[in-house]
Amino acid sequence: MAAKKTNKNLLEHSLKRLEEIVESLEQGDVPLDDAVDFYEEGIRIAKECAEKLKSTELRIKKLSKGIEGQFTLNESDEE
Amino acid sequence: MSTEKNVVTITELTRQIKQSLETNFPRMWVEGEISNFKHHTSGHLYFTLKDEGAQLSAVMWRSRVANLTFSPEDGMKVVARGSITVYPPRGNYQIDIEQIQPVGIGELQLAFERLKKKLAAEGLFDSTYKKPIPEFPDRIGIVTSETGAALQDIRSVLSRRQPSVDVILAPVRVQGAGAAEEIAEAIEQMNRYGGIDVLIVGRGGGSLEDLWAFNEERVARAIYASKIPIVSAVGHEIDFSIADFVADLRAPTPSAAAELVVRDRMELLEDIGNLCYTMRGAIDTQMASFHERVASLLTSYSFNRPRDLVREFSQRVDEIDRSLGVSFNHIIRTAHQRYNSLRHQLQALNPKGVLKRGYSIVRKEGRIVSSASLLHFGDGAEIQFHDGTIGVQVEKGK
Repeated sequence: MAAKKTNKNLLEHSLKRLEEIVESLEQGDVPLDDAVDFYEEGIRIAKECAEKLKSTELRIKKLSKGIEGQFTLNESDEE
Repeated sequence: MSTEKNVVTITELTRQIKQSLETNFPRMWVEGEISNFKHHTSGHLYFTLKDEGAQLSAVMWRSRVANLTFSPEDGMKVVARGSITVYPPRGNYQIDIEQIQPVGIGELQLAFERLKKKLAAEGLFDSTYKKPIPEFPDRIGIVTSETGAALQDIRSVLSRRQPSVDVILAPVRVQGAGAAEEIAEAIEQMNRYGGIDVLIVGRGGGSLEDLWAFNEERVARAIYASKIPIVSAVGHEIDFSIADFVADLRAPTPSAAAELVVRDRMELLEDIGNLCYTMRGAIDTQMASFHERVASLLTSYSFNRPRDLVREFSQRVDEIDRSLGVSFNHIIRTAHQRYNSLRHQLQALNPKGVLKRGYSIVRKEGRIVSSASLLHFGDGAEIQFHDGTIGVQVEKGK
């Protein structure tokens, strides 16, 4: 698997980061310049998450085991 | 008419019957259906065992009731082991049951209870071994029948809630001979394949026999050994399967399992929206407070002090400038006076001034002649007057 952005990476980490940002912004002890950077980062993360969440088609693949013991994934023929 | 009346007491007769029956009908297995079931407050069980043609009173003493692995009830078909006894006060005979098992499902139920007890003793159900279910799985493995309702249910829930996930199906038979092996192997294969974040193992509802594969030890051990967190989804709302006990999380149905493994994207989007809103609010508040701070600084005494200082300084500069002007004029005037006086003095010393007054300078060969003895008859000389020079020759010597 190439280093594609997975849900786990994106959603879990991004949401955690977003919550951190909101928390520190709410505490109000962030210098203004940083606060603006934080805000921009937050908006970017939120957009990325929303993008990821908007994919609409569920993909089902079938796991099968070859003779050699290796695994292959096939599109599920059952629709 | 008989002349000899052989009379025996009821007690004696009953005693003989009791002896005869209890000797001739030792411990045996009987099969029948339970009716008139009573669980007496004393803890003993009283009921009737019957079939189409006859019925038999039955009793089970409290000490044996404790070993029961199921709850007998009216209408249940059972096999019971016991011996015939007679209860003289009521003049009836009954079976004194030592052991009782349900017929049919009873065997399965017993096997279930035995396995449950065994695995529990080994610690397979301990909560310390439960793995947490990831909050945002990327790839969800499903071990179920490819044609069953369970897969459809899971698919529709995932499509609605979180279609961005990948679903990897390991198709297996979920009932009948060999189903347990297939399920267990699929779990092991999912683990070897890797990259799966959470596994749903299950099937839709059915009879106890249909669901049996999920009560097999082989499946329980595969679930226990799995490195991937497993959600069991054996479609029976009420009864638990062995798989349910071993799994990291039990879902009552396949749909419920799908609900449990993914967050709803609409909810998530709403959460994200709320976070953005809060963030915006926080930054607006912060900006407003900065504005306020700046405004209050602008009007503060300290901040205005430099301006006051500047004003004070410029006033001082003006003052200095004025006094400087006064001093300067004085110096200029004095200097001017000195200049004039020096100029006069200088003028007085100027040789040209002397020449004007009638004196003249005599030069011989460019050198000033300061003594008459230096000039001799016939010498040429030059006389400088204030307005010019003339050449002369000495006519008379001294």
